[in-house]
Amino acid sequence: MSVKSLRILVPVKRVIDYAIKPRVNKTQTGVETTGVKFSINPFCDIAVEEAIRIREGTKGLVENIHVVSAGPTKAQDILRQALAKGADNSTLIETGDKEVEPLSVAKLLQKVIEEDNSNLVILGKQAIDDDSGQTGQILAGLLNWPQATNASKVEFKDDKVFVTREIDGGSETVSASLPMIITTDLRLNEPRYVTLPNIMKAKKKPLKKVKPADLNIDIASRLETIKVEEPAKREAGIKVGTVDELIEKLKASGSL
Amino acid sequence: MVSPISVLGARVQYSSVANVQLTSETYPEIQRGDYAKLTDEDIAHFKAIVSESGVVTDADDLVFYNEDWMRKYRGMSSIVLKPKTTEQVSQIVQYCNEKKLAVVPQGGNTGLVGGSVPVFDEIVLSLANMNSVRSFDPVSGILVADAGVILEVADQYLAERGHIFPLDLGAKGSCHIGGNVATNAGGLRLLRYGSLHGTVLGLEVVLPNGKILNALSSLRKDNTGYDLKQLFIGSEGTLGVITGISILCPQRPKATNVAFLGVESYEAVQKAFVHAKAELSEILSAFEFMDNKSLKLVQDHSDLARPLEDEYPFYVLIETSGSNKDHDDAKLESFLENAMESEVVLDGVVSQDETQLKNLWMWREFIAEASGKGGGVYKYDVSVPLKDLYSLVEDVTARLNEHNLIGDSDEFPVIDSVGYGHLGDGNLHLNVAVRRYEKKVEKVLEPFVYEWISKRSGSISAEHGLGFAKKNYIGYSKDQDSIDLMKAIKSQFDPNHIMNPYKYF
Repeated sequence: MSVKSLRILVPVKRVIDYAIKPRVNKTQTGVETTGVKFSINPFCDIAVEEAIRIREGTKGLVENIHVVSAGPTKAQDILRQALAKGADNSTLIETGDKEVEPLSVAKLLQKVIEEDNSNLVILGKQAIDDDSGQTGQILAGLLNWPQATNASKVEFKDDKVFVTREIDGGSETVSASLPMIITTDLRLNEPRYVTLPNIMKAKKKPLKKVKPADLNIDIASRLETIKVEEPAKREAGIKVGTVDELIEKLKASGSL
Repeated sequence: MVSPISVLGARVQYSSVANVQLTSETYPEIQRGDYAKLTDEDIAHFKAIVSESGVVTDADDLVFYNEDWMRKYRGMSSIVLKPKTTEQVSQIVQYCNEKKLAVVPQGGNTGLVGGSVPVFDEIVLSLANMNSVRSFDPVSGILVADAGVILEVADQYLAERGHIFPLDLGAKGSCHIGGNVATNAGGLRLLRYGSLHGTVLGLEVVLPNGKILNALSSLRKDNTGYDLKQLFIGSEGTLGVITGISILCPQRPKATNVAFLGVESYEAVQKAFVHAKAELSEILSAFEFMDNKSLKLVQDHSDLARPLEDEYPFYVLIETSGSNKDHDDAKLESFLENAMESEVVLDGVVSQDETQLKNLWMWREFIAEASGKGGGVYKYDVSVPLKDLYSLVEDVTARLNEHNLIGDSDEFPVIDSVGYGHLGDGNLHLNVAVRRYEKKVEKVLEPFVYEWISKRSGSISAEHGLGFAKKNYIGYSKDQDSIDLMKAIKSQFDPNHIMNPYKYF
């Protein structure tokens, strides 16, 4: 491979745990977050895992794995977790509790990438809270790098990266040269558990904190959320005893 | 990834496997009691009480109610009654008492001692259709509900209201809260919330003569007379049918952590427990242990990824629950650091999200089901002083080896004998996983296991109850005076002995 070394950047997001049912807050301006469990976005977790697997699978090729999160101070929990899994250093861009739009996130990441000299960015295809699914693509646009989205397999061959994507009716393999952006799909890998010795080691790994202003990026929202509503409740079903009764009910409801 | 959690909720598939032998054939020494036989007239009477839809007589449908969860016992009842109200239960029981028809009350049929299935042709009284929550007081946390509410449903109902059911166990997706009370189930959180004898505040019970005993109190303190409800907790349907329960439910913890640790020996398991009590104190909500053989069974029968790369002789699962995540995290972290540094714990993982938390619990909760997947399982659920707890597994394994019954190939009836349990409660589960049930295996195990326990003043049934499986062995844990008094109580409540006969003692 002509590339001498890989400097991988993995952006990660702290979201409401995917096993928890989100509830709309009383003022209908967003989702209730107090007293709710937060975890790393599952697709980001897969991105971290993939970066580590690339290091394990390509001896000495990976020089550095840097995890970055834009979010509240609490987001350092997921950075520590990524460090414990095997990332080398981390940066928290403190944006507070406010939701940051994909364009702003991409601009923030662009700055970090330039500073860091990264040549591979692996990130989740979407965050499960706002489901925007845009950050990777916008970032590729800003950097003018090739992108391979929704990766279900990543391979390094010669001087190219081959990425397999699941598409309707089969799979598609695309290739590009570094530097590039890969966004991860669900079946790329299964993230590992964090082991105790690694949690302890992770405490000594660097966690840098910066403010958006330090990077000269304005993160003001361009979109305004007007209202957040839960889907209409489904009405309870009834049991019918016979086919005739079923037909009768369907007629009565105007379905027949 | 297939979620193995659904496995626990799902019923065992019966069709593809050979029939379970009738209990009356396996144990020919047990004679049918002098009870009346079901007549068409009786069936008509029951239909008048619970309507056509509340009576099951179809042979295929009856299989589910006649066989137990472990596929070890099979009755031959020809009728299942599914009342919807306490009054209907009362009318049924009153009629059965008059006609001397034997009755076996049944909840989710997840019992492990054959207590919830008929031995002969007893009428199965299923509480499945009594499944409503009656009331919940968010201030006191007192839940009043029908006996047939499924434990997991009750817990979800409470979760939406910020509370938690003070009992949790592997079969939560199928078992009924009424059955839990009737068997005094212990489960995974007894360490934290105590036994049902403390959390149950009141019961509504249909007595064997059909009278409804309304002791559905919602009082925490009530010192007026004998505390009758206590008699029914753990009575296994021998004194009456529990139809409603009132139970005190704690606030649901806001933060839960699970750590899964590998340790060197049973001594180290005990050391870890001492450390955990000292350092985690009030947030410690479960301390479970299991041997490597248990984990192997789970691995063979699930697609879960092993939490730790290397294998260790023993594993410990620690759960913390509290109200402040930062506080809990800090405590757990310092405990784990100390445990690693002092080499009590060799390796471990900590759950980072809800999914990992559930998967780590699966390694513990799935052992019971995995033990039976190879064909069948002999289960012993014992309380023994902590220092001796695991020696039982070692001694039993040695004994099975001596008799050449245990091995990897099909000629050996026993697959393995594994040990796990609620260390915090001094409760060990010894599971002897078998390829098939054979009398010679049973003869090697029993009464050896019971004598072993008796010698150490332990209990031969810590939380599973007596049912049919342990009824002959109560003497190993209770003296004759106690048993005589129990029998006198039974006769007082149920002079015709119609309630769940052939069981208990």
